[in-house]
Amino acid sequence: MSETANTANTASTANEAAAEPAEVQAPGRDASGEPGSWGARLRDAAVERWRPIALAALLLAACYAPFQLVPFRVFQLTMVLVYAVALLGLNLLVGHAGQISLGHGAFFAVGAYAAALMLDRWDVPYLLTLPVAAAVAFVLGLGLGVPAVRLHGLYLALVTLSIAVFLVPLLKRFESVTGGSMGLTLTKPAPPAWTGLAEDQWLYFLALAVAVAAFLLARNLLRSRVGRALHAVRDNEAAAEVMGVRLPFYKTLAFAWSAMFAGAAGCVYTWVIGFVSPDSFPVTLSITLLAGIVVGGLGSLSGPLLGGLFVMFVPSWSQDINKAAPGVIFGLLIIAVMYVAPTGLAGLAGRAAGRIRRTLRRE
Amino acid sequence: MGASTIRRTAAVAAVLLAATACGGRGDDGGGTAASGACKGQQTTGITDKSIKLGGIYPLSGPASAYGDIPKGIKAYFDYVNAEQNGIGGRKVEFLVRDDGYQPPKAVEEARRLVEQEQVFALFQTLGTPSTAATWDYTNQRKVPQVFVATGASLWGTDTRHPWTIGWQPNYVSEARVYARYLKTDRPAAKVAVLYQNDDFGKDLLGGFKKAIAGSGVKVVAEQSYEVSDPSIDPQMRNLAGSKADVFLNVTTPKFGSQALAADARNTDWNPLHIVNNVAASRTVLQPVGFKNVQGVVSATYYKDPTDPQWNDDAEMRLYRAKMKQYAPGADPNIPYHAFGWAVASSFHKAMQAAKCPTREGLRDSVRNLNNVQVDMLLPGVTLQTGPDDGFPIESMQLMRFKGERWELFGNVIDTRKEFGPLTD
Repeated sequence: MSETANTANTASTANEAAAEPAEVQAPGRDASGEPGSWGARLRDAAVERWRPIALAALLLAACYAPFQLVPFRVFQLTMVLVYAVALLGLNLLVGHAGQISLGHGAFFAVGAYAAALMLDRWDVPYLLTLPVAAAVAFVLGLGLGVPAVRLHGLYLALVTLSIAVFLVPLLKRFESVTGGSMGLTLTKPAPPAWTGLAEDQWLYFLALAVAVAAFLLARNLLRSRVGRALHAVRDNEAAAEVMGVRLPFYKTLAFAWSAMFAGAAGCVYTWVIGFVSPDSFPVTLSITLLAGIVVGGLGSLSGPLLGGLFVMFVPSWSQDINKAAPGVIFGLLIIAVMYVAPTGLAGLAGRAAGRIRRTLRRE
Repeated sequence: MGASTIRRTAAVAAVLLAATACGGRGDDGGGTAASGACKGQQTTGITDKSIKLGGIYPLSGPASAYGDIPKGIKAYFDYVNAEQNGIGGRKVEFLVRDDGYQPPKAVEEARRLVEQEQVFALFQTLGTPSTAATWDYTNQRKVPQVFVATGASLWGTDTRHPWTIGWQPNYVSEARVYARYLKTDRPAAKVAVLYQNDDFGKDLLGGFKKAIAGSGVKVVAEQSYEVSDPSIDPQMRNLAGSKADVFLNVTTPKFGSQALAADARNTDWNPLHIVNNVAASRTVLQPVGFKNVQGVVSATYYKDPTDPQWNDDAEMRLYRAKMKQYAPGADPNIPYHAFGWAVASSFHKAMQAAKCPTREGLRDSVRNLNNVQVDMLLPGVTLQTGPDDGFPIESMQLMRFKGERWELFGNVIDTRKEFGPLTD
């Protein structure tokens, strides 16, 4: 499993590496004194500006959508953002640090239950539940990151899987705390009057704010020395150690951060759904999350968002295609995506963008 | 990495924008209201010619066996649409969605059915978690969520969710039936209980303990198991040590047959074996061997299609004929199909009795059922609800396994009369 992940990573790195020089070449050509026409310069400028424009368009669309869509669609997009935040954490661990986790649904559940308990027992203001839920998941991830230091590949996969497996009976056992299998029903955060928003819109913007913050955090984390250390660990542990990367430290930390993102996602999930029960977090949730990030694109920043879209929409589409066996269609789609786009949907989008850009330049 | 990331993000933006173009926010106000005597009441999803219902079931995942229920319901509605011109001239359109027994999926599907498909009512959500996750939403939106397929007593005892109601006998009522039986037949019984450690097991055990309080019947040993346990043999050994003379088997099918087999193997301990309704189907008993389960007692409320005593029953013959005609691929012997048939005909009766063809009309009608007969239910079991009673079926009849089939014995026990209304 981890080997496939590694291959995918290497492939995506190679893909990016192939894309980068093309970009550096453009100014290089100008510097070498070649008489670039004004048109070409304008075009190059437009290509360079592509990034902020696209980002602004995305944010604008994200802010505009809830005023345009019916509440049901807004709810779906909110869930996409929730899954995206969880996948962001998983991406950090699997895509960037090269560790495997089949138990991420458990961290998601811990965040969800932490928030639910705070809201249910102590009437904590719900915005306050977010940092606490994230912190609880972080500490738990730190504890469970310890086996990751010694275990590799399949063995690590099994240990993390067991966490996901024993969580459900555990939640059912401690009925006095968790509400047992009846779960806990909570009131959803009400929109403040000054916003004039409907409930679904308010929840959407809460999720959007958390998602944007999470993306910025992950991006900055990966640009720092921590990110470089994680990549070194992923690509070759021995080489990383020789270069002075403390393996145990970074592996444990990768687990903890990744759990923190999942915990934050779980907290937002509790706000949005207003109900938690052990059956909300089955083992299949962990597997679906892993499938989501692999399909979305390991090791890329847009992978989690694409993965979130996949996890949210594809099961219901496959149900529309065939009522009798939605699972089969879902599985076939995963296989198809992996076949067409071995680097995930993000890799596919990147390749398409690269091709368009090259065609523009060549013209 | 930055540049390519942004480009990919842009591709996502395109996807999102495309999704945005699907429709305006104003579309949601599609609710319609009635005029005349029922003025102001909601008529979303219902016209003079049609009525649109939505159901949420686990068609996939660990609980997918229940996915047979909507097949029975569909066959019933197809039959009524084709041969009786629908319910009071309204053809029924029944949409089924899959939640895989996952609460968040159930919430999504409930919103899809209510907001997108504009259904008149949710006709059945299956399972306690999925129903608990959706009932706040349906009650906020004032959408009827009728005859939910779960036996938790919460749906009837709760007062803040008037739009949600159950159908099948709740687990507490079932426990009361067994308690009544023991109190009259074995007033000094010592009972050993094996139960599933979740809402279902605890509801039933709790109800049983309450119902035997103050009588000579005592619970002398109890053991629980988790759905994820591979076997219940250790629990059975502990229970055998208690030397109880009655064994109450509160389990789901897989564990039910394990407990029956363990009891049959142990020749030193021969208690009266009571197995709860969930695990009492013939398919559970068959692998244990019919000779090993002679004399086992259980309780039921609807006609089992595999029971030969209903071979000449008019409703059962109709059911078999129409299943063959409208659901040719489905095996009519599967009790879940008969369950679906029974609950669909209950809906038929409730909708017919509604004073107004509106959501409010249905809500009031299912809470004002007065001894309504449904032919797929046992003779004597009727639907009965009222302002203080949110449980349509609270009567069951005991049965004993004899030869190769269940034999009903005694009268139908109406737990309302025996124990008073269920309030908490």
